[in-house]
Amino acid sequence: MSEPIAKLSKKDFESDQEVRWCPGCGDYSVLANVQRVMPELGLPRENFVFVSGIGCSSRFPYYMNTYGFHTIHGRAPAFATGIKVARPELSVWVITGDGDGLSIGGNHMLHVIRRNVDLQILLFNNRIYGLTKGQYSPTSRLGMRNKSVPMGVIDAPIEPIAFALGAGATFVARTVDVDAPALQDVLRRAHEHKGTAFVEILQNCPVYNDGEWAAIEDKKTRVDAGLPLEHGQPLVFGSKGQRRGIRIEHGVPTVVPLRDDEDPVAAGITVHDEKHESPAYAFALATLAPPVFPIPTGVLRAVERPSYERLLEDQVTGAIAARGPGSLAKLLHSGDTWTVG
Amino acid sequence: MSSSQGPIASGSSHPKKSQRLDRVAIRFAGDSGDGVQLTGTKFTESTALAGNDLSTLPDFPAEIRAPAGTLAGVSGYQIHFASQDIRTPADQADVLVAFNPAALRACLADVRSGGLVIINSDTFTEKNFERAGYSEDPLPDARERFQLVEVPVTRLTLEAVRDLGLSQREAGRSKNFFALGLMYWLYGRPLESTFAWIESRFEGEVREANIRVLKAGYHFGETSEVFPVSFEVPRAKIEPGTYRNITGNTALAYGCVAASVTMDRPLVVGAYPITPASDVLHELAKHRSFGVKTVQAEDEIAAVSAAIGASFAGMLGLTVTSGPGFLLKQEAINLAVVAELPLVIVDVQRAGPSTGLPTKEEQADLLCALFGRSSDSPLPVLAPATPSECFSVMLEAFRIAVKYMTPVVVLSDSYLASSAEPWRLPDVAALPRQGIAFRTDPDGFFPYLRDTETLARPWAIPGTPGLEHRIGGLEKQDGKGNVSYLPENHQRMTDLRHAKIAGIVQDVPPVEPYGATSGKLLVVGWGGTHGAITTAVDDARAVGHDVASVHLRHLNPLPPNLGEVLRRFDRVLVAELNTGQLWRLLRAEFLVDAQSLTKVQGQPFRVSDLRSGIDRMLGVAS
Ligand code: SF4
Repeated sequence: MSEPIAKLSKKDFESDQEVRWCPGCGDYSVLANVQRVMPELGLPRENFVFVSGIGCSSRFPYYMNTYGFHTIHGRAPAFATGIKVARPELSVWVITGDGDGLSIGGNHMLHVIRRNVDLQILLFNNRIYGLTKGQYSPTSRLGMRNKSVPMGVIDAPIEPIAFALGAGATFVARTVDVDAPALQDVLRRAHEHKGTAFVEILQNCPVYNDGEWAAIEDKKTRVDAGLPLEHGQPLVFGSKGQRRGIRIEHGVPTVVPLRDDEDPVAAGITVHDEKHESPAYAFALATLAPPVFPIPTGVLRAVERPSYERLLEDQVTGAIAARGPGSLAKLLHSGDTWTVG
Repeated sequence: MSSSQGPIASGSSHPKKSQRLDRVAIRFAGDSGDGVQLTGTKFTESTALAGNDLSTLPDFPAEIRAPAGTLAGVSGYQIHFASQDIRTPADQADVLVAFNPAALRACLADVRSGGLVIINSDTFTEKNFERAGYSEDPLPDARERFQLVEVPVTRLTLEAVRDLGLSQREAGRSKNFFALGLMYWLYGRPLESTFAWIESRFEGEVREANIRVLKAGYHFGETSEVFPVSFEVPRAKIEPGTYRNITGNTALAYGCVAASVTMDRPLVVGAYPITPASDVLHELAKHRSFGVKTVQAEDEIAAVSAAIGASFAGMLGLTVTSGPGFLLKQEAINLAVVAELPLVIVDVQRAGPSTGLPTKEEQADLLCALFGRSSDSPLPVLAPATPSECFSVMLEAFRIAVKYMTPVVVLSDSYLASSAEPWRLPDVAALPRQGIAFRTDPDGFFPYLRDTETLARPWAIPGTPGLEHRIGGLEKQDGKGNVSYLPENHQRMTDLRHAKIAGIVQDVPPVEPYGATSGKLLVVGWGGTHGAITTAVDDARAVGHDVASVHLRHLNPLPPNLGEVLRRFDRVLVAELNTGQLWRLLRAEFLVDAQSLTKVQGQPFRVSDLRSGIDRMLGVAS
């Protein structure tokens, strides 16, 4: 049978394939952290499946020594839905990017989230098309210039977290490629969640869009550029002397300066509630962006809703309980029959 | 009788004479709201119970809510029944039951001259003539050319239910039962099964109304003097067994369930609603108790992708669609070709490129199935010939998919989908069982090691310890299955994929020509044209022509002896409902000087289309 799970280590999740991302690519760090977290999740290795579409990040499954399926552009959520529906006991991870997941695959992303299929979706957001060598993506900033837009991007970008919330996501988190502890934490939480866990990973593409997330990747600037979320804790960020908090009123966030010793709750700073019934709260968080606001990281929303594959499985067991297991002979003979001879 | 006369002639209580007929074709036609399909289906059921052989064809308007009374809104249902073996719904109707002028206008050309035309005379008003596009009353002309019977169906219906307290509208809805009752009398059909059905389906006054109106129609036939005789079509000589009526779409769905049962593997269906394939999804969605999981996906691409995902995870993956959806799926199907995963794709073909004629008949996706994907992407293609054969074709499709680890395309068509015939039910216990052998042994495992006989790679599913591996759309290294960009490897893998599919021929039975083993002319067909082609061959042989036919169920690989069979005949005529797709294929494959007979009118072949094609090829005047 399966190897004792306790004995698994990071090495057990490394495939024999040479990793072929560009040097310095943020994907390396994500891969290492995923491999590190896997042994802790309490599942035998053979029960993990990594499914991807097309793009730099979609090479990910080849490097994981688990089951893996590198599918076609944008459709990974649909393949993953089929896998999970077929075998709910498997832990299915979707690896996608901003182009794969939100441009060509936007429709599938919308529907997989709305159905709440129990998957972990890691969306690597580098705000660029890397594999096709540097065209702008649906998350690229307005005005960005590159090969396919020499005069600058004119289509408004999409905010992945807001998209996921709009689709009715039950679990939404954001993390940063190089922030190992926070990334690992989010991966564990995503795995625990029963339903679609949507995780945006801010990822640097040093070749085509270097420094897109520099402020939050750099440990020194991260304190001022990021807003680490913790359930039950006030929304506070900033270095000593720069301490600030976020107040959200009627869905509108504002930055409130705080003295270093000031009680944020007394100062009216919002306390983070990832289980907020209304997605409006998480949506307000999703709108926080530089230069006025810090980038929230961590779990923005985590609520319970039955997952699609469970409900489907329940229909099967329900039908069998009500009618007994299907009989082919009975099925063929249903309706009017007549006998000759 | 004219509509002004009283509905029921008095005093004719003695039984009328009954006349024997070999076969009859009846067309019911009216507005979509007239219950035409229901009338046709019920008549078909009782005809089957009466022991006739039969074939039916519904004809739906494309618009769900076309304006009432217009040609666009005409819904038709033809049933052909006989005391001998028949295979088509008949070229021409002997009887037309027209619920309104539009139905008369749409169908009269398909009625044999001198045939019986029964109309609901209450609807033959100036206003309805206009709606139907008649500039003048069509009845005087119809009286000349047909036996026209004018029955005030609406009025008689309302009269029959007057005391039930139904609104005029509600009461009027029962009028199709009047027509049904009348036809039951005319052809000596028992009413019981329809009574039972009404009882189970309706309640209260509506149930009572339908029963009364059905009886009223029957009694009208019996007592009114407009029908001096009734007819009797004796039982057909039919192979012993238990029968039921089946449409192609239902048989398809049952075939999928049967594949799941006989292979002992649950079925996962990814589908997106599309005419005329949706009924297969509807049918499969009923069968959760067989473990069938249907996923109504967000689009055609997601539907096939989910099915492939399920197959990767070890289930039987199925997707069902029609032409436009089939195209959308091709990239995902290409992945299944390279990933070498079992998958069945059903394309219930419909007419025209793009949206075309969504409810109409054509078989023009053959080359798309064979060659409609980028690069070299071979896969097996099967096509059922009759509604009931859809069942066994699905069983075969799944068997091939699993045995050879390949996607399989099944080409049905809108005619097969909705036409019905009696089906002798197979003995479930005798259906071949084919258990699935997943790879479990890690020793020496590589994902692209091949079975020496079938060239299939192993099916190693997630959850199996020690077999963790990655597959995908990038070209695979022969054997090991790692990504490979090497030129010789791509050549080798392309050749292997071809050889694997070509090798399926070992499971394809040789064809046996119908009618004669050799001779002057061979008609080759495939798919839903089988009934028309074989009937035409029978008719031509009956008048002494030297003609035979071959009907292809396997379009790829083609049957092993096909080239040799084609050469046994002086001439070959390929008959198909497209502009010559199989014809091109056979010429390319076998270098035979085959000729092509085609039709693309959104309608099946008529037997007469084929008869004149045969006569032309034989150089005889038709
Ligand atoms: S192109 Fe960018 S995202 Fe792609 S591998 Fe290279 S660095 Fe990473």
